[in-house]
Amino acid sequence: MSDTSEGTGGLSYDKSKRQWPNELNVFAALILIIVIFEVLGAIFMQQSLLFDSRDRFDSIFNEARLRIIIIQVAIIGIIAIGVTQVIITAGIDLSSGSVVGATAMIAMSFAQVAEVSGNPNPKAIFGEWALDLPVVVPVLVGLGVGLTAGAINGLLVAYSRIPPFIATLGMMLFARGVAQWWSLGNPVSFPTDAYAVIGSGMNPVFIFLGLALLFHFIMNYTVYGKHTYAIGSNEAAARMSGINVPRHLLLVYMIAGALAGLAAVILTSKNLTAQSGMGLSYELEAIAMAVIGGVSLFGGRGSIIGTVIGALIIGVITSGFTFLRLGAFYQEMVLGMIIVGAVALDQWQQKRAAARA
Amino acid sequence: MSDYILETKGLTKHYGGVHALVDANFTLERGEHVAIMGDNGAGKSTFVRQITGVEQRTRGDVIFDGEDVHFAGPLDAREAGIETVFQTLALADHLNVPDNLFLGREKTKFDWLGPFRLLDYKSMREDTMAGLVKTGVKIPNIKNSIANMSGGQRQCVAIARTATFASKLTIMDEPTAALGVQETAQVENIIRTLKEQGESLILVSHNMRQVFDLVDRIIVFRRGRMVANLRKEDTNGEDVVSYITGAKTGAEFEGAA
Repeated sequence: MSDTSEGTGGLSYDKSKRQWPNELNVFAALILIIVIFEVLGAIFMQQSLLFDSRDRFDSIFNEARLRIIIIQVAIIGIIAIGVTQVIITAGIDLSSGSVVGATAMIAMSFAQVAEVSGNPNPKAIFGEWALDLPVVVPVLVGLGVGLTAGAINGLLVAYSRIPPFIATLGMMLFARGVAQWWSLGNPVSFPTDAYAVIGSGMNPVFIFLGLALLFHFIMNYTVYGKHTYAIGSNEAAARMSGINVPRHLLLVYMIAGALAGLAAVILTSKNLTAQSGMGLSYELEAIAMAVIGGVSLFGGRGSIIGTVIGALIIGVITSGFTFLRLGAFYQEMVLGMIIVGAVALDQWQQKRAAARA
Repeated sequence: MSDYILETKGLTKHYGGVHALVDANFTLERGEHVAIMGDNGAGKSTFVRQITGVEQRTRGDVIFDGEDVHFAGPLDAREAGIETVFQTLALADHLNVPDNLFLGREKTKFDWLGPFRLLDYKSMREDTMAGLVKTGVKIPNIKNSIANMSGGQRQCVAIARTATFASKLTIMDEPTAALGVQETAQVENIIRTLKEQGESLILVSHNMRQVFDLVDRIIVFRRGRMVANLRKEDTNGEDVVSYITGAKTGAEFEGAA
């Protein structure tokens, strides 16, 4: 490698030196997991997980299950898109689940109807002025609350140099407190019809996939994405290259917060109610999606596509265990092992790649 | 225009009570390659840090390209045309070659998008190729991330920045300190290429053979002061060592150290 006569002066594209995209490994893992469930399904249940095994549908797939798989990961997936960016900067966001809780309560308070079957809304938080508002108000409130929480995280991490783990742990406790204080633990219910549309049917999935595409593009083709990777890869080099690192980190945490806020809007719209316990442990599931999808907790490596596949892996495993009629506790044991396994495998591959170079 | 690309007058840096650099009067002609030598703590790196704006000088003048300059930071110096190859590589491991070369000064499209403005990959790739060809740097595949490259290749990438951005002065702080024999040869070849192309260079090095191979003039620092200014033809290794160790002091610097 170091011989001066070798190499092509960067003039040609040497296929043997091409790097295998990590997303392919994650995708292969997804396929492997599906195959395992198909085999177990064929042996123990005499039916298929993803394919139509009893001619009940028009297509070859079991569409109902496919839909469940993706819809159950869509909302946390939206959070994971933001968390992925934070982790790529070598940070972490533990607050997203609690931010979902706080945002759910606050946004829903502006989405309530005035009358429920002829009677005044029994759950109304504010006076009449906050009832029957246009749908854009609660959506903007939700995004705003998330953005604010993210901005506070960002300011603490980027300007006060508080480690991301501590800053977002503080926000995690604080935001959960806000969620419980907001209506003193009472649920906020009865949204307007327009608000209820946002999270109905397959809408969460469309929003999730749309945002995934958007941020895939942003991370790969814009200065924002390049600087996010650079900061996670070598913060000192990024600073020496003239990148305004604190300002960039603030932006990354704000985007993550806004995505958590949006997730809260979709979640409350889907459930038609907001409760202070909403979003509990979502932050860990979002981190799990990113990590399974190949995002390195050391920063600099990972992608939105990887996280989407990571989300699908979690969805398939969750559905697969239900399909095999195995208890939820097994499912969590297996997920725990997969997360550790994914990181161990990644470490091993990195070491091997470094040894080859 | 001045004949000198860089001139310092009475450049001095104190760290509290420590006089790390005292009254350095230095000149560098256009296209000239000069080595700075000296023992550890002699003031070599301090001298470089004052020029590149990494630190702010206590007093003295820096005249770069005919103008009195006060760089607020290394970025200012880079924009003025001083490209520095640091001892610790300022590269992002997970990015590829063009991404690293253009880090912080990307070529972009649709600038009204602010932080979300689009990267002009094609143009950056072309400029990178041109820079690599100009310096004779050989990289098997510029789309590979830096993490998968050898130490020599990384150092070459860092040096290729110089050629890519048409800088006026390159400063290298011990560019081969961490490299093997062949990799060192590769970097030295690039330095020769820069010489042919008329790039001005300040090379901080401990390697006597390398210095005599590559530069026109040798400056020796000792205990924060310049103690010798030697043309390569008029000196030899033994001579330089006696200046470094303090056995000799240049006539014009008598009484300095």
